[in-house]
Amino acid sequence: MDKLKTKSIKDNLSEMKFFEGIEDDMIEYISQCGINRHFNRGQYLGKEGDSADHFYIIRKGRIGLQLHHHDKGTIMLKTIHPGEIAGVSWIVPPYRYNFDLIALEETSVIEFDGKCIRDKCEKDHSLGYLLLRKFTGMLSERLKNTRIQLLDVYH
Amino acid sequence: MYTIETKEKNFKTLKNPWIPIIYRVKEKFQENELNITFILEPDSDKCIPEMKPGQFNMLYAFGLGEIPISVSSLEYEHPYLCHTIQGVGAISNYCYKLKIGDRIGVRGPFGTSWPVDMAEGKDVIIIAGGVGLAPLRPLIEILGNERFKYKRVNVLYGSRDPHSILFHTDVISWQSDPLINFQVTVDHCQKGWRGNVGVVTSLLNLASFNPAETVAYLCGPEVMMRFSAYALLDAGIDPSNIYLSMERNMKCAIGQCGHCQWGSNFVCKDGAVFNYRQIQKELSIKEL
Repeated sequence: MDKLKTKSIKDNLSEMKFFEGIEDDMIEYISQCGINRHFNRGQYLGKEGDSADHFYIIRKGRIGLQLHHHDKGTIMLKTIHPGEIAGVSWIVPPYRYNFDLIALEETSVIEFDGKCIRDKCEKDHSLGYLLLRKFTGMLSERLKNTRIQLLDVYH
Repeated sequence: MYTIETKEKNFKTLKNPWIPIIYRVKEKFQENELNITFILEPDSDKCIPEMKPGQFNMLYAFGLGEIPISVSSLEYEHPYLCHTIQGVGAISNYCYKLKIGDRIGVRGPFGTSWPVDMAEGKDVIIIAGGVGLAPLRPLIEILGNERFKYKRVNVLYGSRDPHSILFHTDVISWQSDPLINFQVTVDHCQKGWRGNVGVVTSLLNLASFNPAETVAYLCGPEVMMRFSAYALLDAGIDPSNIYLSMERNMKCAIGQCGHCQWGSNFVCKDGAVFNYRQIQKELSIKEL
């Protein structure tokens, strides 16, 4: 009987849309900063005000981006799904989470060490440029979506 | 198919588009704070012709005027009509307050319908926003009833908040249907909501489809439809495989009065369901 083969982090990343267009050796290089992690429902991946040491790529499950309001309680701003990235504060100073990140169900992620990735980007500017371009695209999409959300189009 | 017990009748279909036919409220369902669904039955032996998904009727509130309302289900046998109304203006508020047994005038059916045949053998993406789910519900019903004709069926529904979600029973049933990938998201949520939060286009990541073999149907606020169309195009879907249901100030419903003229189209007659290629230019003109 064949042994079950576990996919490496690099294998998982290569299958994700976010890493489309990034060469294999670069993905391999980045994957050195990542580990597989699992979070139970209700477990926090990051909390507002904490140092943003990590970001996450969701493999399975769902993460909520939340904010606590003294009157309204906890407000869910956005849900993040498989293939998407949670936590972008690692990329720019002061590297602090602005929102809570919570697992809304059993969630498997690849957790990246933000400092490790930043160091690699400093050493290899073409990697830095590629990653920044990817993250800028994602941030621009999220900004657009937030603006549409604020329009309250269904009202 | 829902059936309502009534006396057997041979209904005469009237084809004069100017004369309203009187219908009676047979049943009503409160969908949420703002929306009500009515089942209408003919008040006499006269009825309008059978409707297709995506078509609309002009509902006539006596002494007030008419409003165009899409058919929101075809699961009720002809000649019954199903309409979902949001009470936002004088006429729609009048309709909203109708009681069982009250009468209303109906002209129709008008406009183009969702081209269901185009999706045969292909993947389907339906994107609904707010009350835009109502005109799409007959299409979802047809796809569900003839599921074997289509490949993967994705329904992405965006709502303002959990309280604004329409057709709760259907939504729950679609969500639990293994043959439909039904996803809901809300723009804003209250405590206790365990579903998705974010704009409806963000649900596209959860849809499974082959862009080269996908037909998409959109209905909702125009801003939402524009951005949904861009997202579908970015995903590689051919513009000729995208259909949208537009809304303009429809009055006569037969392309005579010009109230709903939109570029070279009359929304009431040439639409309300359009192919994206047909209206791509008009969508980008702010003054229209």
